[in-house]
Amino acid sequence: MTGFLILALAALIAVGFGLHRRRVDGRFSAHADASPTTWDHVTRAAPSIEAGERATLVQFSSAFCAPCRTTRVVLADVAAQEDGVRHVEIDAEQHLDLVRALDVRRTPTTLVLDAAGHEVLRAAGAPHKDQVLAALASAGKASA
Amino acid sequence: MSDLSVEPTTRPSGIDPRGPRFTASVTAVVLAVVLVLPETPATVLIGAQALLFATGVLLGVQRTPTGLAFRTFVRPRLSAPTALEDPAPPRFAQGVGLVFAAVALGAYLAGALVVAQVAVGFALVAALLNAVFGLCLGCEMYLLGLRALRRA
Repeated sequence: MTGFLILALAALIAVGFGLHRRRVDGRFSAHADASPTTWDHVTRAAPSIEAGERATLVQFSSAFCAPCRTTRVVLADVAAQEDGVRHVEIDAEQHLDLVRALDVRRTPTTLVLDAAGHEVLRAAGAPHKDQVLAALASAGKASA
Repeated sequence: MSDLSVEPTTRPSGIDPRGPRFTASVTAVVLAVVLVLPETPATVLIGAQALLFATGVLLGVQRTPTGLAFRTFVRPRLSAPTALEDPAPPRFAQGVGLVFAAVALGAYLAGALVVAQVAVGFALVAALLNAVFGLCLGCEMYLLGLRALRRA
């Protein structure tokens, strides 16, 4: 009897969580900037990377992450098409202090930084191209 | 069309993402059956599922019985995949499944029925998420686990 109950609960939890994720994955929302700036934390952890003139898309990835590959393709595509936008990818496993400082909880997570290196928006899960373009547009407006 | 069909051989690291989802579907059915069976057959079946998980961890997801069945019987009936996937995340997920299956098997053998069924239930949630939504729960827990356990 408990077996049937657990079976029903498991199915309910899986469908509920899956539908929730389908809704929120890749959706950009406003996020508080780290102090002094998020970019400052990023360069402290990975000094060799460069910021975009207009905006920087910072992607956190890890080895066991299927949607990271899709996200990489989408963000690189946007960076190639949009002037002054740069895409940088950070291996979360190699930079756990940064992951904790910026409170990154899963991969892929994409941060949108404005020209001054302030974090404006972030999305967890793989975003679509139009979501990234819309995020860049609103990030430009916010910092202008 | 011919370009797409040669893609898997030119990029050997990528696998058809529908392979692991097929495996997850079979796993979900097995785990659901385990939950509704009496104790003795349930113990045998979760033991068999644990062995399947172990093959996935040791040999990779393409060389498990379900992986081979997908390539032989399912894949020829499908169109070419639109994108290929890294085989490491689903292999890691098989390891997470193995842990839950092993806990369940131990609990069944020790006579702790509810503990066993709850462990099977957790594995079933993960398998369903993978089969229905293509979502790898174990992979997501991986970063949280690292954050919590390892100093950078």
